[in-house]
Amino acid sequence: MTFDWPTALPLIFAGLMGLAILIYVILDGFDLGIGILFAAGDDAEQDTMIAAIGPFWDANETWLVLAVGLLLVAFPMAHGTILTALYIPVFLLLVGLILRGVAFDFRAKVPAGKKQRWNRIFFLGSATASLAQGYMLGVYVLGLDVGFGGMAFGALVALCLSAAYAAMGSAWLIYKTEGGLQRKAVRWLRTTLVLTALGMVAVSLATPFASPRIFDKWFLWPEILYLSPLPIVSALLFLWLWRQTFHLPRPDDRHALRPFLTLAAIFALGFAGLAWSFYPYVVPDKLTIWQAASAPESLAFILVGTVVVLPIIIFYSFYAYRVFGGKATDLTYD
Amino acid sequence: MDPLILSRIQFGANISFHILFPAITIALGWVLLFFKLRYNATGDSAWMRAYFTWVKVFALSFAMGVVTGVTMSFQFGTNWPGYMQKVGNIAGPLLAYEILTAFFLEAAFLGIMLFGFRRVSNRIHTLATVLVAGGTTVSAFWIIALNSWMQTPAGFEMVDGKAHVLDWWAVIFNPSMPYRLVHMLLASGLTVAFLIAGLSALRYLAGDRSESMWKALRTGVFTAAILIPIQIFAGDQHGLNTLEHQPQKIAAMEANWNTGPNVPLVLFALPDEAAKENKFELAIPDGASVVLRHSVSGVVPGLNDYPGNHPPVFPVFWGFRIMVGTGILMLIVSWSAAFFLKRRHSLPKLLALIMVPMTISGWVATLAGWYTTEIGRQPWLVTGVLKTADAVGPVAGSHVALTLAVYLILYVLLLIAYLSVLVHLALKAAKDGDASPLPGAMNAALSQQAAGE
Repeated sequence: MTFDWPTALPLIFAGLMGLAILIYVILDGFDLGIGILFAAGDDAEQDTMIAAIGPFWDANETWLVLAVGLLLVAFPMAHGTILTALYIPVFLLLVGLILRGVAFDFRAKVPAGKKQRWNRIFFLGSATASLAQGYMLGVYVLGLDVGFGGMAFGALVALCLSAAYAAMGSAWLIYKTEGGLQRKAVRWLRTTLVLTALGMVAVSLATPFASPRIFDKWFLWPEILYLSPLPIVSALLFLWLWRQTFHLPRPDDRHALRPFLTLAAIFALGFAGLAWSFYPYVVPDKLTIWQAASAPESLAFILVGTVVVLPIIIFYSFYAYRVFGGKATDLTYD
Repeated sequence: MDPLILSRIQFGANISFHILFPAITIALGWVLLFFKLRYNATGDSAWMRAYFTWVKVFALSFAMGVVTGVTMSFQFGTNWPGYMQKVGNIAGPLLAYEILTAFFLEAAFLGIMLFGFRRVSNRIHTLATVLVAGGTTVSAFWIIALNSWMQTPAGFEMVDGKAHVLDWWAVIFNPSMPYRLVHMLLASGLTVAFLIAGLSALRYLAGDRSESMWKALRTGVFTAAILIPIQIFAGDQHGLNTLEHQPQKIAAMEANWNTGPNVPLVLFALPDEAAKENKFELAIPDGASVVLRHSVSGVVPGLNDYPGNHPPVFPVFWGFRIMVGTGILMLIVSWSAAFFLKRRHSLPKLLALIMVPMTISGWVATLAGWYTTEIGRQPWLVTGVLKTADAVGPVAGSHVALTLAVYLILYVLLLIAYLSVLVHLALKAAKDGDASPLPGAMNAALSQQAAGE
């Protein structure tokens, strides 16, 4: 492979898109998860749960806009192919995101009697969006197979990804809350971890068996040697996280952020595995990143902006998280 | 079921619903900054009360704008894959710059603007307001640049059926872009001015005479009174620019069938495309020639010059008239209200009653103007480059019909919820007034800020 700009630019953008998706899954993962857990909280707990994500969810969701935006602008051919194949689940995802996004705001502003209704809509929207994302992942993993097998597998991944988001949400609550809600969150984390692990195993097994090309990438000597740390480290992190749940919360609330970071690491490893499986395709086994990419002069124009702006985005995102650090308190407009 | 028609209705519905909220947030961000700066300069807590009342409206509108905007970005792929495949090299970077330069900025600092008053210094809170307001405006800049390019494309060449950029400057600052941007920013300003004036009039009618109500009312009324004549001038200039670059759109706006001099200005008509004539026409002789060419013998383009290649006449003709009519109403109401507030320091009850339904006049005018310009571009998606019919995706009509039905129900319900929350917030603010104490936290924060600065 020669390393000139027309070769390098699509690769760079594939990397950036991957990064945006990973950050999205981790960040919006926890606030979608808290939406799912909403069903299990009482009135006061729900207010605290909202306070734990209030200042962040908007910026978190923006990573999805960036990920889809990059797919749209850097790989326009793939954008159309993937989204027309997933027409109905994309629609459900959007309805879910719309309902969740507005319910979050409405519940705080409507007369007291109507708050309960918007709480239910918040849960429904979060659950719908999570299920739709999982379903899309499942169908994509099988090469956009929308036959019966693909749909059944999509349904399984839908459940497991929602559980994984709920686990992220629980871990975030362990970090952001205290007392009864924190102890509840530890129990939620333990329950949802089981389904999360099941989902990762299912996707890990289905991906190589769905495509001989991917099978060969994983199970040939010596690749299998370089790649074995990925599943092994993931499994060890799962076990470590499972052990942590028996010792939380610790005195003085030490290590409260650790379950969240462990889960984020597991997500990153799983994502790296997927990325390795699919490379160099953006539509599995049909369209490579080079076939789907925009013209080099357009990608170069975007890259200039990205190189300048991305560090700034990361910097002010950190700043916003720092301003609202510590335990969640009542969320008021002042 | 025809997926093309259904996709067009769906996209039209989505963008109509979406644009309502940016139309508010673009200018409301700057109004909030104005409230904040007045508070910083005077230390008068009434300005801060006005800020806190309207920041809630901003938050709600912003959330509605974000979620419907996400919907739009997916719909390019689900319903119109041909669009990005043909002009993705141009549309892509402009959309990317919108996300990179504007979207993240707003989203990250919105949290600080909404909930951070107690957590950061007053200066940082003001800075967050500046960044959010600036972000919404930069966002509008990129979106209008792309939309204008679709109307009057420039700075590119077609290679193997795909648009490739020759000159980014010419792409972004295409011939209609400056006119369109100014017209849209002013439209947003007027939308917000009437929103604030209308809801403040509602508070006034509910018996609220608090200082924060007066401050908001005056801000809304005077902003509207100043912006409306500027908008009329900008709109006229925009029209002349359209005459130069999209004459078939002007022909449809005026429902003028034959090119020639001494063209009348049609006030009322039911254009009939099959017969190529207007029914029940009421017109001012030579009016269109005078308005568009500044001479009774000025030649105005006619629809018959563009057989099969001009937009549908009826919606463009009426969209334009509704926009202009609403604008005239805005002029009368805002100048009357400004007169009474300035000279008499009061607001007649009748005028307040008229101002309440005018709360949404900005939305009516914006949508009507939007339909005029967007339907006026048909049958082209990108003028001269890509027809709308060639961009539609291979999705089954039944799927589009199903999703369209759900979107429509969802949008109607959300619109009702949004408007009732606005009324609820206004009446709640009217009930609280200035007599009731500020919430404890806000009191503490205000005194703390006062001591700190």
